[in-house]
This record gives sequence, structure tokens and C-alpha cells, in this order.
Amino acid sequence: MAKEIKEAYEQDVVGDGINSLQKVIDPHKNESNHIVKYLLIGACALFLFIMLILPLAVVVINALRDGLAAYKEAVFDEYTIKALQLTLLATVSAVAVNTVFGVTASYLVSKFYFRGRQLLSALIDIPFSISPVIAGLIFILTFGNVGWMGDFLKAHGIKIVFAVPGIILATIFVTFPFVFRELLPVLNAQGKDEEEAAALMGAKGFTIFRRITFPHIKWALLYGIVLCTARAMGEFGAVSVISGHLRGKTNTLPLHVEILYNEFNTTAAFAVSSILVILAVLILIARNLIEWKRK
Amino acid sequence: MYLEMKNIYKTFDGFHASNDVNFSVKKGDLAALLGPSGSGKTTILRMIAGLDTPDSGDIIIDNTRVNSLPGNKRGIGFVFQNYALFRYMTVADNIAFGLEVQKKSKAEIRERVEELLELISMKDLGKRYPHQLSGGQRQRVAFARALAPNPLLLLLDEPFAAIDAKVRRELRTWLKDMIGKVGITSIFVTHDQEEAMEVADTIIVTNQGRVEQIGTPEEICLHPQTDFVADFIDAKRYKAITLQ
Repeated sequence: MAKEIKEAYEQDVVGDGINSLQKVIDPHKNESNHIVKYLLIGACALFLFIMLILPLAVVVINALRDGLAAYKEAVFDEYTIKALQLTLLATVSAVAVNTVFGVTASYLVSKFYFRGRQLLSALIDIPFSISPVIAGLIFILTFGNVGWMGDFLKAHGIKIVFAVPGIILATIFVTFPFVFRELLPVLNAQGKDEEEAAALMGAKGFTIFRRITFPHIKWALLYGIVLCTARAMGEFGAVSVISGHLRGKTNTLPLHVEILYNEFNTTAAFAVSSILVILAVLILIARNLIEWKRK
Repeated sequence: MYLEMKNIYKTFDGFHASNDVNFSVKKGDLAALLGPSGSGKTTILRMIAGLDTPDSGDIIIDNTRVNSLPGNKRGIGFVFQNYALFRYMTVADNIAFGLEVQKKSKAEIRERVEELLELISMKDLGKRYPHQLSGGQRQRVAFARALAPNPLLLLLDEPFAAIDAKVRRELRTWLKDMIGKVGITSIFVTHDQEEAMEVADTIIVTNQGRVEQIGTPEEICLHPQTDFVADFIDAKRYKAITLQ
């Protein structure tokens, strides 16, 4: 058995702990475990139904409560379209910035040894542990009129808070660690040997990255991007603080949903929510395709 | 002398990995760096390859001081302990990589790859990926990959450590024959004295960052010069091996 575990770990090219565990447990189908298995499946299914399926169903049903025409009207409303555009803009920006940053930082932390390596890695996690509302406040206190950089920004006519740049910044902030966190374990598991071998043969940095490192991390990278996208689109807290809720200007989809709901415009709120749900489902499908391809 | 190490010092965070290391290796020689783990043998190998830099001292290859020369300009082939095969490339692509980096022509690369696949008797396995190979086959691919750009010095870090004990002996003989056939100056690192005695022409015994003794297997086993060597080397095993 010990040998099998070892082999399973060795053959696990992605270095994904869960997958290797599955390979170890899976080959030996044990009859007595069946009852436990189905009990666990039942518990999971029940939990998922109450916590996820039911609320999603409520969204769809409520969105269509007043008929398809009302739904269409809410979805194709001018402010909804504007909010959708802003959400997509913030998401694309956050994903682009965090992909470049995540790849660079994870490569740095996993392949080089320097003082403060652990600290850097811990700092990158700050957005995970900090409340998004605080994150929004941080930006107001930094870039707002009374903030540290307020005078400088005012003098140069740059508006960040209560404007689109602030929303983009806040979105980048809350989705900062996703790509980094996905890549780091994969890069760490790979070690440095292959890169060293390539360098010894005279390959230059970019060639090494393109031919050795990238094939290794590409699925993890895509996975990180998907997670980052999902989080960026749904971000509410930080963006809510920094946006100022200007309709058609600084409203993202989640903020728009809140406004509609507070105006007792329930059908419209649910209709706009359903856009986010559809996007989420698309991302979920993409995520699973990646997982499946990764094997 | 093809390779000379003169007064090499190297510390990692206050740990003396190399403490005044001196030795040389003749052209065409097959030398073993033998010592217990933590004795600094892999550090020596990595410094020769340019993967680590000594704090002081001279590394001389073919009468040129190479300390400031990057590893890829030193004419070295390196076989890593776990072979470090490029896992997303086929066997043939692995072997071809060093030649592609040197911008050799496609025809030339193909010819050399075929020649090497023939040499390691894996002619039909060129399209396989590393994870589809056995440990012994991986070692052979790593060997071929290191040889592809025609290096003048071959370095092997614990070449048999990742291999089943059963096939290890077989591979030792194979590797010794191959190195003889290619006629390349080689240095390999090992902690297994039997391995060093069977394979190497010259054994360099290291301990705590120092070289304890250099000599043929016979000299090392029958005439140990320090207490450490006398203690570390089991002369009975040497006799048993020579009797075989």
C-alpha cells in the first residue's frame, strides 16, 4: 500500500493533493464503506439544496414573476446595461492586472530565495483576511478629498473616489490573491530542477518560462483567472463604499441590484440578479471544464 | 588536468558546505564524490556546473578559470538526482532541447536525437512522455539529454538514488560502459561506497565540507589516510566486490 501511495503521488503531475488522495482511495472499492458514502452524499445534497439550489431557484422564479416582458424591461433598462458594462470593465481590469501580478509574484516567491519571501507571501493574502468594507474605506482615506493623496490628486484633476478608477482599484484589491494562490503550490511542487536543467543548456529566462514553466501552470492559471473573474463580478462591499452609488456612472451590477431592491422594485432586482446568476453559471461550467481538462 | 578545484570555500547561512576543497580530475577519468549526506558533495557538483557560486577559490576547467562563466558556457552536461526531465515534453523533445536552444538546424537535431536514442536503446520510445517511462529509462533519457550538446564534462548527482535496488546494479554497469564508450570526463556524486567502488576510477572522499582523501578504489579501501576514511569505508566490502 505504501508503494501505491508513493506511486500515486509521483504520477500526480499537477501536484494536486486532493487528486492524489482520490487515486489512493479509489482503486480499492470497499463494500462496507457504501452506507457511509451514501449517507454523506445525502447530507451534502440536502445541504446544497437548501443553501444553494433553493435560493437560486427563488431568484429565477421571482425574476419571471411579472412575466417575460417585465423581465426584459428590467434587464434591458439603460441603467442595468450601464451597470453591466461597468462590472465587465472592472472585472476585465482586475483579471488582467492580477494575472500579470499573480504570475510574476508566484514565480518570484517559488523560484528565488530572498529575505522577506514569507512576508511578501503573507502580505498578498491581506485582501482575503480583511473585510471588503475596510478595503473600500482604505481607498477613500488614501485617495479621497481629505485623504493622504487628496490634495495631489485634486491638483492634477484626477478623480478616483466616487468614480470608475476607484471601483476598478477596489475590485483589483479584493481579487488580488486568487491567481497567486492558485499558482504558488503548483510552482512549489514543480521545484527548480527543470528550470535549472534548461538554464544549464543555455535557455534564456523567457524561453524557460514559455517552454518549461508555462505548460506546467497553465491550467492552474486558468483556474485562478476563473475564480478571480467570479469574485470580481460579484464584489459588493469594497465597491459599495467607494462608488458613491451614482446611477449610470458608478453603479456595478451588484450595487444596482441593491438599489432596485431598496426601492421595492423586487421584480427588477431579481431580474438583474439573474444576469449575475447566469454569468456565475457560465463561470462554473468553465471551471469544471478546466478541472476536467486538467486531469 | 581537466578539472581543478582550488581552495574552494562556500557557506550557506553560516553552514560551511565547502571548507577549503582541493582536488583535480584527469581528462577521460570517471570520478566519484563519495561521502555521507551533508558532507558537501552535491554543493561541489553544483559549483562546478555554475548552479552555485563559491565564496572564494578557483574552479578551473581545461586551464581556464570559469568562476564567472555562466553554467551553459562551461561545456557541461548535468544529470539531476531526480533527472528533472521536462515532463511536458516527449523523450525526443527532451533530448533535442539543448540543441534547439543552441539554434542548431532541424536536420542536425533530428540526426543527433536519433543517434542518442539508439545509444540508450530507446529508439522506439522517442514519442513517450517521461511519466510513461520506468526509472531506469528515465535515467537513460536524462543521460542522453545531458550528452546531446556534446559536453566535455559530465556531472551526475546521485544517478542511482531514484532507482529500485533490483535494477541499480544493472544500471551501474550500463552507465560505466556508456561513459567509457562516449569517452567523456565524468564526475558523479554518491553516498554509497559500493557504487563508488564499482563504477569510479578515482574516488574523492568528502566529509564536513572537506576532502578527506583522493585515490583509486583500492587505495581508498586498503590504505585509508584519515580516521574518517578508515571508519567510513568498509574494506571487507571492497574485497568482496573485487572477488566477484
